[in-house]
Order: sequence, then C-alpha cells, then structure tokens
Amino acid sequence: MATRPITRNTVIPGFTPTLGYTVFYLSLIVLLPLSALVVKTASLTWGEFFATVTAPRVVASYKVTFGAALAAAGVNALFGLLVAWVLVRYRLPGKRFIDALVDFPFALPTAVAGITLSSVYAANGWLGQYLEPRGIKVAFTPVGIFVAMTFIGLPFVVRTVQPVLEELEQEVEEAAACLGANRWQTFRRVLLPELLPALLTGFALAFARGVGEYGSIIFIAGNMPMVSEITPLLIITKLEQYDYAGATAIATVMLLFSFLMLLTVNLLQKWSRRHAA
Amino acid sequence: MSSSAPSPSRTRTEPAPVRWALIITALLFLGLFLFVPLAAVFAQAFEKGWDAYLAAIREPDALAAVKLTLITAAISVPVNLIFGVVAAWAIAKFEFRGKQLLITLIDLPFSVSPVISGLIYVLLFGLQGWLGPWLQAHDIKIIFAVPGIVLATVFVTFPFVARELIPLMEAQGKDEEEAAITLGASGFQTFWRVTIPNIKWGLLYGVILCNARAMGEFGAVSVVSGHIRGSTNTIPLHVEILYNEYNYVAAFAVASLLALLALVTLVVKSFVEWRMRELS
Repeated sequence: MATRPITRNTVIPGFTPTLGYTVFYLSLIVLLPLSALVVKTASLTWGEFFATVTAPRVVASYKVTFGAALAAAGVNALFGLLVAWVLVRYRLPGKRFIDALVDFPFALPTAVAGITLSSVYAANGWLGQYLEPRGIKVAFTPVGIFVAMTFIGLPFVVRTVQPVLEELEQEVEEAAACLGANRWQTFRRVLLPELLPALLTGFALAFARGVGEYGSIIFIAGNMPMVSEITPLLIITKLEQYDYAGATAIATVMLLFSFLMLLTVNLLQKWSRRHAA
Repeated sequence: MSSSAPSPSRTRTEPAPVRWALIITALLFLGLFLFVPLAAVFAQAFEKGWDAYLAAIREPDALAAVKLTLITAAISVPVNLIFGVVAAWAIAKFEFRGKQLLITLIDLPFSVSPVISGLIYVLLFGLQGWLGPWLQAHDIKIIFAVPGIVLATVFVTFPFVARELIPLMEAQGKDEEEAAITLGASGFQTFWRVTIPNIKWGLLYGVILCNARAMGEFGAVSVVSGHIRGSTNTIPLHVEILYNEYNYVAAFAVASLLALLALVTLVVKSFVEWRMRELS
C-alpha cells in the first residue's frame, strides 16, 4: 500500500462534490462561527483586551482551572497507565465489564456527572461523610474541581496507552530478562520509553479536556470568585452581564490554549507513530 | 500461565504479590472514581421509591425536556452522519493537498471548550451579534430558542462520525471501489453495495457516540438556551434547574435517564467493538 504513488489517478467518482461539501459544511458550522470570536476580539483595543484577560479575578480563575487540570491529568497519567496495564496484562474476572466501564465518563452527560459527584462528596454524601470529619473538604472547594476533572479525564490515558501496550512485542522484554534485568528495570528502561509518547498524548488530552470542562465542575466547585471559579464559568458570568467583549476576550485566551494543545497532541502523535515504526 | 516449567511468559509478568497489589490499586481507583458515581445516580434517583421516580419523569416540564432532547438529536445526528460519510469519502478515496489540515479542522470542535461552542453562536446570532439586528427585524429567533440549541449541538457533535470513518476507510483502501467501477457499477451503486457494507459497524459506532453527546451536551446548550422551562430546556438543562431548586430526587430521577442512555451507549459500543475485532 505504501508503495502506491500518491498522485495516482483513480476511477472513483465524486471528488469535487464530496470535498466541496466537506469544506462548505466545515466552514458553515465550525470556521465561520469561530471567526466571529476572532473578529469580535479584534474590535477591542490591546489595552482593553489585556486589562480584561489579566484582571485579578480572571487570573485567579486561570490558576485554579489550569492547576486542577494539571493535577487531574497527572493522577490520570499514573492511574490510567496502571489500569491499562492491569487490563492488558492480567487475567481477572469481569475484565470485559471493567474495560467497557472505563468509557463511562465519556458517555455520561457532564451535568449528570456534576450533580452526582457533588452529592457523593457533600458532607452527608457517600464519601463526604468519611472525608469531612478528617478535615478533607472536597465538595465546594478547588479539590472538588480536581475530582471532577479526574473523573472526566480518566478514559483518555487508558485509551491511548492500552493499544500501544497490546502491540508491544514480547521479545523485547524477554531479551531484557535474559540479559539479567529484573521486572522493575525492564519496566523503567524498556517498557516505559516505549509507552511514553502514548502516555504523554493521553496526559495532554486529559489536560485539555479538563481546562475546557464546564458541566461536571460547576455543581461541585462552589464557584467562589478568586477561590473556586473556573475560567469557562467566568465566560458565562460575563455573558449573563451582557459583557460580550469581556466574555469574548477570555474565550480567545482559552481558544488559543486549545490550539496550542491541539498542536502538541498532533506532534506527540506524530512522534508516537515514528516511535512505533 | 500455570505451566510448572519456567516458561518464557514468566519473564513477562511480575511476582504474584506485585501483581495483586497492582490489580487491587487499579480496582480501588476505578471503584472510587467510576463505580461509586454510577451507583450513586441510581441510588439517589430511587431514594424515595418508584412512585416519586415516575412522578418526576412524567412531570410536563420533564416530558417537554425529553421531547426537545429527542428533536435536537434527531436533527444533529443525521446531519453529522451525512457530513461524516461525505468527508470520509473525500479524504479516504482521494489524494489532495491540505488533507492533514482538513482532518485537524474537522477535529477542532473536540478541543474547544463547550462554553465557547455556545458563545460563538451568541456572537453570530445574538442581539448584539453580526446577524442579530437582521434576525430581529425579521422576527427570527435563534438564540434562546430551539434553533440555537440545535446549532450548538451540531457543533459539539460535528467530528464524531467523520473521525470514526476516516481512519477506517483509509485502512480499507479503494481497491474494492475501483474494481466495482471498472466492472461498470455507477458511483452510487458502488457506494451502497460496496462501501456501506464495509463501513457499517464503524458508522454505527460513530452514530452511537454522536447521539450520546447530542443528548447529553450541557455547556454549549446552556449558553444558547435561555433556560425557559418547558420550552428551551433539554434534559441536562432540566436536571440543572431541578438540582438548583434542591429538588434532588427529581433531579436524579431525570438524570438517571441520561445515565441509562450512557450505559446503553457503552453496551452497544462494546458490541460494535467486538464485531469489528471479529471481522478484522
């Protein structure tokens, strides 16, 4: 397949209409509306824009949003790797069920996740009743934001690491073992470098998802300005106050971040493909 | 695994205590972060028994929300299904410049925060937006009305079918279609008789995920909805209102419908994955 020259003509019909429709529909639904955001931002002066996106309340929201997303992605990288490892390598009863359940945060509407987590971690909730007496307040604090982001980011690392782990050739590990490496050394020196691109991709995806997340967080966060108010919520607050310019300016910052993450993920995937080849 | 001789597989696994420790840690993590919330939705929904549950679901505002959610999904899923198939055809069957960029742009809605997905439509169609004054003059309501909800949903579910089909059709190549065309089949015949049977499972996979998101979207829809009870509330928005009114039993009862949808989605998804593995 790879030997086929890319410019080869094909007898298959429909190139112009299908590509035309694709570009048209993409422009109509995605590119045109997104450009409205850019144009609206461009109507602000640099001073206005800068003042809006660096206001203390906004900066505080960046800190809590990015901080919690980073922590959640970190936890997901660690435990996602562990879950993927257990699912691929070990035999355990109900593995199919567990494997399917990993996608639950992906399938569950975020508002449902939000009210559920909030009730589970509230002072009288299933987990909250044990945590709060020990001084661990989760619901209505930044910790709650971290918990919600961990929940929604969970599938990303598992689902990026799992296929790579399945494809690993066992000869490499056997060779390491024959050369006298113990299991930990084999893991550290042989397996982990192989898994690293996928692990980082999963981390980046979980991080990006956490930063943009809204529904599952607002119910558990408490939404206190300067403390537990996430950036997406701040956009909505500005919008409800008819401060369209302010909402747009903050949205532009988040959009730029999204593009940056998209680029990072694309580069990571390119790296991981080259790694696999 | 159980062979007594030191088999090669020994070198690929850990000592039993380590293995058990890893399994137990993984299960604890999944139990805490997945199973507890899953059980909690249903436990809370049935806290006051069946009657309260049914009453919450049969309530007129809840039914209106269900209806709007079904309408939204019934529009956005087919629209994105057609787009997905068309885009996958163009990308998988032909070579052209900028293909990689096109794929990245199709994926774009996934990396945009849901709140921004709603905001951009407010900027376009809202009163202060580009088309706002014109729309008002012609008495067309998009924002804070059903069309806005549908548009925002179409945006957030845009990539699902396309991103499922593109790699699948690229992997399948175009030999079969070329053979059919060479043997005299028309383009449409080739598509229906050759391509569709080849991609049907991938298609179903994309549709089921697209549908789950369409019915469950909250952030984007919340920005454009206006939250008018019984009129512009989808199920997730109705859940939010009930929850904020401290009507927890009703909130969780309605939420359990969405949790059920999520579980059905997972079952179908697992089935399709199993079928696709069988076929390959």
